[in-house]
Amino acid sequence: MTAAGEMRQYQVVGRKAATDENPNPEAYRMVIFAPNPVAAKSKFWYFMRQFRKMKKTTGEILDCVELIEKNSRTVKNYGIWLRYDSRSGTHNMYREYRDLKLTGAVSQLYNEMAGRHRCRPRSIQIIRTGTVGASELKRPNGAQFAQAKVRFPLPHRVDSAKRGAKALSDRTFSTVRPTTYLG
Amino acid sequence: MGFSRYVEVGRVVLINYGPDAGKLATVIDIVDQNKCLVEGPEEITGVTRQVISYRRIALTDLTVNIQRSARAKSLKAAWKEGDTLAKWEGSQWAKKLASKKTRAGLSDFDRFKVMVAKKQKSRIIAQKMKELKA
Repeated sequence: MTAAGEMRQYQVVGRKAATDENPNPEAYRMVIFAPNPVAAKSKFWYFMRQFRKMKKTTGEILDCVELIEKNSRTVKNYGIWLRYDSRSGTHNMYREYRDLKLTGAVSQLYNEMAGRHRCRPRSIQIIRTGTVGASELKRPNGAQFAQAKVRFPLPHRVDSAKRGAKALSDRTFSTVRPTTYLG
Repeated sequence: MGFSRYVEVGRVVLINYGPDAGKLATVIDIVDQNKCLVEGPEEITGVTRQVISYRRIALTDLTVNIQRSARAKSLKAAWKEGDTLAKWEGSQWAKKLASKKTRAGLSDFDRFKVMVAKKQKSRIIAQKMKELKA
């Protein structure tokens, strides 16, 4: 699976295809993060064949719907438990993110895992997710922004490249010195 | 040099890049070290509630009195109460932006008129200076 752009959350329901011996097989529901419904269904079969004796060729998908976050207007703290395969082994991990949506936090997770651990999306399995209260945060980086009163300046602001204009530091010649102190 | 402008809840910022470039917004909440949640209020400045990178905003001297993750309604009330838009429009920064905008919209003939007016102005100044020296 790739993590193309923003991840989405899907609820996938599937079961073994009905046969004459078992006309009503048990259905399984799974919540899956994937960039699109095709990838979500694929991931569903990946997990199902690990947990139960089921596979895509002898099964059927009953339902695949996208789950939309109800409150995407406030910033929340998300805790994510995951398992990933590194080059030398498998590790369990707990990470925290601040975002408007769980899917946003999961997208941050995939990007950060790629950056920090060179981890490909296919080797990440999300075990559990949940919102965390500000006082229960375990990681100091998220916790410092979840405090009641946060205040910090933006020191040394370096001009960045804008569309149609290079960054001041990138130009070969300039008639002005860059301003980095903006109060 | 100390700092007087901070990223904090209620800070009024000017968006300087992207589809909302040139519009004002208010910091509603701080997401992390790279981005914050902002909203116009939408009815006053036209900026919808969104997460934005600090690289795309410039902090202003203005703040409004709001709670963390305030709703649109209370944000709008805070702007009305603090008379924030008028304060912004009275600032040097806003005036410079406005004059830049007018200058950019001038036609060739308008620019010619500016040139003539400038000449007249400097002629008057030069004349007065001459009188004062004499």
